[in-house]
Amino acid sequence: MIEDNSLFGPVDAAPNAGDVAPPARVGFFTDTSVCIGCKACEVACKEWNGIPEDGINLLGSSYDNTGALGASTWRHVAFIEQTRPRPDDGHEQVRWLMSSDVCKHCTHAACLDVCPTGALFRTEFGTVVVQDDVCNGCGYCIPACPFGVIDQRKGPAGDRNVGLAQKCTLCYDRLLDDATPACATACPTESIQFGELDELRVRAARRLEALQNAGRSEARLYGEDPNDGVGGSGSMFLLLDEPEVYGLPPDPVVTTRDVMAMWRRAALAGGALVAGAVICFLGGQP
Amino acid sequence: MVPEATFTSYYGRPVLKAPSWHPADIAGYLFLGGLAGGSSIVAAGADLTGRPGLARTTRVGALGAVTLSGLALVHDLGRPSRFVNMLRVIKLTSPMSVGSWILTAYAPLAAGAAGSDVLGRWPRTGRLLGLGAAVLAPALVSYTAVLICDTAVPAWHEAYPDMPFVFVGSSAASAAGLGLLTAPAQAEPCRRLAMFGGLLEIGASRRIVHRTSFVAEAYRLGRARTLLRAAEGLTGFGIVGGLLGRRRHWLSRLAGLALLAGGACERFGLFEAGMISATDPKYVVVPQRRADLH
Repeated sequence: MIEDNSLFGPVDAAPNAGDVAPPARVGFFTDTSVCIGCKACEVACKEWNGIPEDGINLLGSSYDNTGALGASTWRHVAFIEQTRPRPDDGHEQVRWLMSSDVCKHCTHAACLDVCPTGALFRTEFGTVVVQDDVCNGCGYCIPACPFGVIDQRKGPAGDRNVGLAQKCTLCYDRLLDDATPACATACPTESIQFGELDELRVRAARRLEALQNAGRSEARLYGEDPNDGVGGSGSMFLLLDEPEVYGLPPDPVVTTRDVMAMWRRAALAGGALVAGAVICFLGGQP
Repeated sequence: MVPEATFTSYYGRPVLKAPSWHPADIAGYLFLGGLAGGSSIVAAGADLTGRPGLARTTRVGALGAVTLSGLALVHDLGRPSRFVNMLRVIKLTSPMSVGSWILTAYAPLAAGAAGSDVLGRWPRTGRLLGLGAAVLAPALVSYTAVLICDTAVPAWHEAYPDMPFVFVGSSAASAAGLGLLTAPAQAEPCRRLAMFGGLLEIGASRRIVHRTSFVAEAYRLGRARTLLRAAEGLTGFGIVGGLLGRRRHWLSRLAGLALLAGGACERFGLFEAGMISATDPKYVVVPQRRADLH
């Protein structure tokens, strides 16, 4: 049955999905203030997960020639160059923002909720994973995701997962072997931290406090709040500007929060149709 | 008036991924599924009120439309050979899962009703199957509204209170159009149904298009605007033509064609507006920023 908190609000993800006595929920804390833009995470992710090449292009967006997360890009390092006056003498200088984006493994994951085949499922670690042998490529998860993470793999021809929805698995195979996900293992600055979500939340709060005490008032956390529109994410971030600067939605809400209200409106409309048709056939001239 | 929006984005790139759905397949399915369901309702009404000619053409029309919609849906899959995986689970949170089950139950009933009518065999069974199809039809024509609204696509999601009314109205108008086109002599109820469905479609569609929200603008841009205007014009002509065509069957048939074309334009227009709102990051960022302020 669908209970109040199944679709919205703070819950523990794996037990809410019916898992009995699961291990602690795990996730990422990506501290963008120490990201150096080396893209080791992108490379490690591709290598470990056997993800095919998906375009070698010059995009004209600083050092970002990856573009965005997608079916064959499960970590994406964003580069933002900002020109702003220095606080002391007003001299214009460039500030670099770099951030490694990843699937949010939402507490309330719309991709999973709308998946008609059950290919997307909640693991015992509280993460969200696509089963490649079940997905039939209907594509419904793609517009459901409020972060634009999951996508359909379009090529290269011959790749065994072409046509299927693909995204970060939080290295489910490595988790089962007590190993750290590939991206976090490869990160040379510990910008990407992996761990139990409760502990990461504490670490993130402490890091935020340290930065703010050092005068970095623009620092903020993203995705750490279990009371946000997706029930908190399994990957949280420390950002140095508004989320949308990094291509993240500022305040996303899981679409399935409203699905029961939608069904009620549809039922009302269906009833109106029946009533209208009956009147049209019974009333008036023969 | 909605004030001019200022917003930031990452190199102007979309925040969301637009649906990978091909418009011909999925907007086409929205139209054909609606036509099928509406036609089953008209067929049942015609059958129960002694209009065998109208019952036959709408039964055949329902079968044709549901067959084509099934093909379009399978064609759109990344792995068409796995279409049967749709029936692995039943999930209320997935309108596509619910819809797959509705279609699976509906299609054999529509096929049986049409088959029995055309072959002239087992009339009682055929009638029962046709009534069964009509019972499922309201679910078939309205669930597709939930299907597109239960996404992060801003223009679709915010329109969820009105979308099912556009869809049922449009389905009724399209089915009435099929009746006027194929059986104008027995299509008197279709003239009224065209008016009921067409006005419901136009009214609910206007509520969506002219909503005072930042996102509703997507319905008033580019091809979405063109298609939705064409839909309104064609449906409006169909309503009037149906009412004036009682003694002029050529006019009835023309009105029927206009209603069908109007229904198709409506679905493609709504689809297009969703695509516009998913592709431009401002439709994601600005409303979420506004919600912040409240």
